[in-house]
Amino acid sequence: MANTISDETMEYVGILAKLELSAEEREKAKEDMGRMLDYIDKLDELDTSGVEPMSHVFPISNVFREDVVVNGDDRKALLSNAPEEEQGTFVVPKTIEQ
Amino acid sequence: MSILDQTAVGLGKQIQAGELTAVEAVEASLAQIRAAEDHMNAFVTIDEEGALEQARKIQARIQAGELTSPLAGVPVAIKDNLCIKGMRTTCSSKILYNFVPTYTAEAVLNLEKAGAVILGKTNMDEFAMGSTTETSAFGPTKNPWDLEHVPGGSSGGSCAAVAANACFYALGSDTGGSIRQPSSFCGVTGLKPTYGTVSRYGLIAYGSSLDQIGPIAKDVTDCAAILETIASYDPKDSTSVKREDMDFTSALVDDVKGMRIGIPRGYLSAGLDEEVKAAVLGAVEVLKEKGAVVEEFDLSLVEYAIPAYYVIASAEASSNLARFDGVKYGYRAEAYEGLHDMYKKSRSQGFGPEVKRRIMLGSFVLSSGYYDAYYLKALRTKALIKAAFDQAFASYDVIVSPAAPFTAPKLGASLCDPIKMYLGDIYTISVNLAGLPGLTVPCGLDSKGLPIGLQLIGDRYKEKELIRAGFAFEQSRSYKSPALAKEWEVRGQGPAADRPEKWTGHRKTAGPAGKE
Amino acid sequence: MSKRYEMVIGLEVHVELDTKTKIFCACSTKFGGAPNTHTCPVCMGMPGALPVLNKQVVEHALAVGLATNCRIDQYCKFDRKNYFYPDNPQNYQISQLYQPICRDGYVEIETEEGKKQIGIHEIHMEEDAGKLIHDQWEERSFVDYNRSGVPLIEIVSEPDMRSAEEAVAYLEKLRMIIQYLGASDCKLQEGSMRADVNLSVREAGTEELGTRTEMKNLNSFKAITRAIQGERERQIDILESGGKVVQETRRWDDVKGTSRAMRSKEDAQDYRYFPDPDLVPVEISDAWIERVRAAQPEMREEKLVRYQTEFGLPEYDAKILTSSKHLADLFEAATAICERPKEVSNWLMVEGMRLLKEQEKDADELSFSPENLAKLIRLVEGDVINRTVAKGLFEEIFTSDIDPEQAVEEKGLRMVNDEDALVRAIKEIIASNPQSVQDFKNGKEKAAGFLVGQTMRAMKGKADPGMVNRLVQTLLREA
Repeated sequence: MANTISDETMEYVGILAKLELSAEEREKAKEDMGRMLDYIDKLDELDTSGVEPMSHVFPISNVFREDVVVNGDDRKALLSNAPEEEQGTFVVPKTIEQ
Repeated sequence: MSILDQTAVGLGKQIQAGELTAVEAVEASLAQIRAAEDHMNAFVTIDEEGALEQARKIQARIQAGELTSPLAGVPVAIKDNLCIKGMRTTCSSKILYNFVPTYTAEAVLNLEKAGAVILGKTNMDEFAMGSTTETSAFGPTKNPWDLEHVPGGSSGGSCAAVAANACFYALGSDTGGSIRQPSSFCGVTGLKPTYGTVSRYGLIAYGSSLDQIGPIAKDVTDCAAILETIASYDPKDSTSVKREDMDFTSALVDDVKGMRIGIPRGYLSAGLDEEVKAAVLGAVEVLKEKGAVVEEFDLSLVEYAIPAYYVIASAEASSNLARFDGVKYGYRAEAYEGLHDMYKKSRSQGFGPEVKRRIMLGSFVLSSGYYDAYYLKALRTKALIKAAFDQAFASYDVIVSPAAPFTAPKLGASLCDPIKMYLGDIYTISVNLAGLPGLTVPCGLDSKGLPIGLQLIGDRYKEKELIRAGFAFEQSRSYKSPALAKEWEVRGQGPAADRPEKWTGHRKTAGPAGKE
Repeated sequence: MSKRYEMVIGLEVHVELDTKTKIFCACSTKFGGAPNTHTCPVCMGMPGALPVLNKQVVEHALAVGLATNCRIDQYCKFDRKNYFYPDNPQNYQISQLYQPICRDGYVEIETEEGKKQIGIHEIHMEEDAGKLIHDQWEERSFVDYNRSGVPLIEIVSEPDMRSAEEAVAYLEKLRMIIQYLGASDCKLQEGSMRADVNLSVREAGTEELGTRTEMKNLNSFKAITRAIQGERERQIDILESGGKVVQETRRWDDVKGTSRAMRSKEDAQDYRYFPDPDLVPVEISDAWIERVRAAQPEMREEKLVRYQTEFGLPEYDAKILTSSKHLADLFEAATAICERPKEVSNWLMVEGMRLLKEQEKDADELSFSPENLAKLIRLVEGDVINRTVAKGLFEEIFTSDIDPEQAVEEKGLRMVNDEDALVRAIKEIIASNPQSVQDFKNGKEKAAGFLVGQTMRAMKGKADPGMVNRLVQTLLREA
């Protein structure tokens, strides 16, 4: 395997993706990711110099909305799925770190 | 002929003619679901009461002459990544186990306007990530042709339900082959439209630049009629395209004289099962006999489509799935210390292994220092693949290939080796990268009695060419699909202990199905 | 301190655009409102919801770009900035990194040191985040998404500023331009204009840039000035004691006058930007640019000239009136009603400015209606009230926007020019002030003034002062 994923990388990606893996899961994930990256490295064979990266397949542009208020107050419905709700807000653990 | 053997359009005609009612159709479907579900596990949510109530209302409107759509009163199943107001929508994930949307996906709205009766939501690979429907938090769906085998994925529940006559048609979504590959494994007909043809509003995104909703049905006629109903320009989806040519049923003609068909040489070589190859070439012969001009040609870059796809789809997924965080909806871990721990625990407990694998990969390829090497490289590769197709379509009207290199594998055989599973998508993935339409039509059975699918690929906006070719082939096909007049024995089997429970509650107008 | 240090300052300014709806959905941007009542599946990050760009946002961004001499990128795109935080419902912010709408502009500022150009690196469009409210008693916070998706532009300057004065002058200039364009009200206190300060120090005369820090949470020009001074000292202290400045984001506490690093091990600062696949590129044609340019409202420089030529105002007055778009609007609206530009200008310049200064307010905070000022001027012009009464009424208009016509009627403030009544009053005053009469007769002209004042007081300030003066003179001679 050409790509070896370190524990530090896994830790870092875990912070980015907000995922926490058990020791066992982590070993498996390291191996999987290394193998996937080996496979993806196949793209290096391809000469793409001078090729523009294509994010949209078709050349569609300028899709706009007019500046008109359409939506009303739908709070009750929108909050109905909240794991924790109070007085029309979503409740989360305290966000300020002291 | 039993009601269940009817096609969607055939049933719609009978209902319009007063030979049958929508209520009878729904009752027949529900009876079949009850018989088949314990074996097959194609549904995540079954809305018996809601469907019957809908059917009664729709029947009244049909009789009043208000609903004349060919699909009015015809029961349909919807893949569980399409939001329906008041009906639990889970993406087959624990993280959305109790999510009840307050809005309905535009494609489903279009069906509702036409008078479709929604039976429930079908099982899928979690967040559409997988090719077998084994990554579902609700347990795997089994292939009704042989319960030891997978139905394919990710729209495995939709395809299995259609194949088992548990519904008359279904909607699926296709990001890398998720309609076409399971359609092939289940012996049904599935169409992935040109990107932008069906609104993605209300489709829970996997890879936004690749996702497209499409019909899964019993034949090409049904697919054309369903696509005509669900396709629309939607101002709520910025990538939706205004098209003037969406009269898809007009292409249902048995005539392929002079149609130029290309077969990529590379598609017929390494890794392709001999029986699949023979069936596909047999189908090509049928088209040739009907007057099509068939040629082999070299479609370059085939081997780069899968790695490019996994970079792009995983990157988009890592961002699309960031919103599942235990704050606004869905699963939140019970015990945690502080905000970030809440995020990590909720997500780690809520997502399954395949989803986590792709989120990690996607986060990695976008992270500082790797963006150019992986992500931009993949986008450049995508541009080259698109160019290769453009070149091919200068010479051919339709490109023909297998939908998958093999027939449905056995349960449990694929997940242990992800790369091998990913390789199974070799014929379907590049079509998504290039935003093209693709149609899978059953073209035979292998020696194990499992279906084989033929894939027809068209240039962008050329669904009609695919429909014409598929329809012509179907008229001369030697076996009828689906061939599943199976008698299901009813057996009681509860869900495995670690799975969320299936939801058979009534469709609600507001509020989650019940918090735990 | 042996070495002389120089500061290098760049500003990142966020401006909330004045639109009716949010940047990617048709929810209202109105301030206030109960939590989460201006929300929908899009700005709440519901699964399956998709963004659609508000055209007005592009128009505003274009207008600001043109007015700040930027090059318009005629093909621009939106990118996702990925980070987890509860005020951000999708856990990514839609912004522009790779292809922002405007680049390479500048504005000219003027300080005591003279005129100077401050470069603008880029302007990009993005969405605002929601609001977090912290529980006073428990370890939890509440999330309100009313502000989530409100359109912003971020104006990123070049590191061209060298002092707090320059930074403030630059911000004031930006604010004026944007207010004139009508693209935002730019209120720092309310957060519709927010500035983050990037600052580094280096030895004067050296070319190489020092390590910079980014300072956040600055809600007034004063706070910005204090934060710049504070950070300058902090960095110099570190360098003088042989330490190294760490590149980091710091949060300014204006009450304590100190800052602290906003660091967390869960905060990797790796935003994994990539083009948002849910949005399509914006292509801006030459015709569109020309249309925005042509529709550009009259800017300050033009108004300054026009006020002098059309209304005959002195340059000094025109400068002050145009220093705030709000003040200029007020001036023009009142003038349009009463057609007395000089009078309007005088009231605003003299009484208006005096009251603003007394109350430590900004011209943008003037909250009265032009109608009431115009009415006041008409009352004076029509000899309905005298100037003394008018001054009192202006103060009431200034503080509580009263209707002066109504006040005159209700409080009986009409000027008294009934000659009989005035004669009676003056006679009484003359009778009770024999000493003053004597003084007048002895040639002390001032004594007449005293009696005029006494009469005005007796008439409760409402008498016509000209008439009182004339009658006092006549009656004194008769006495």
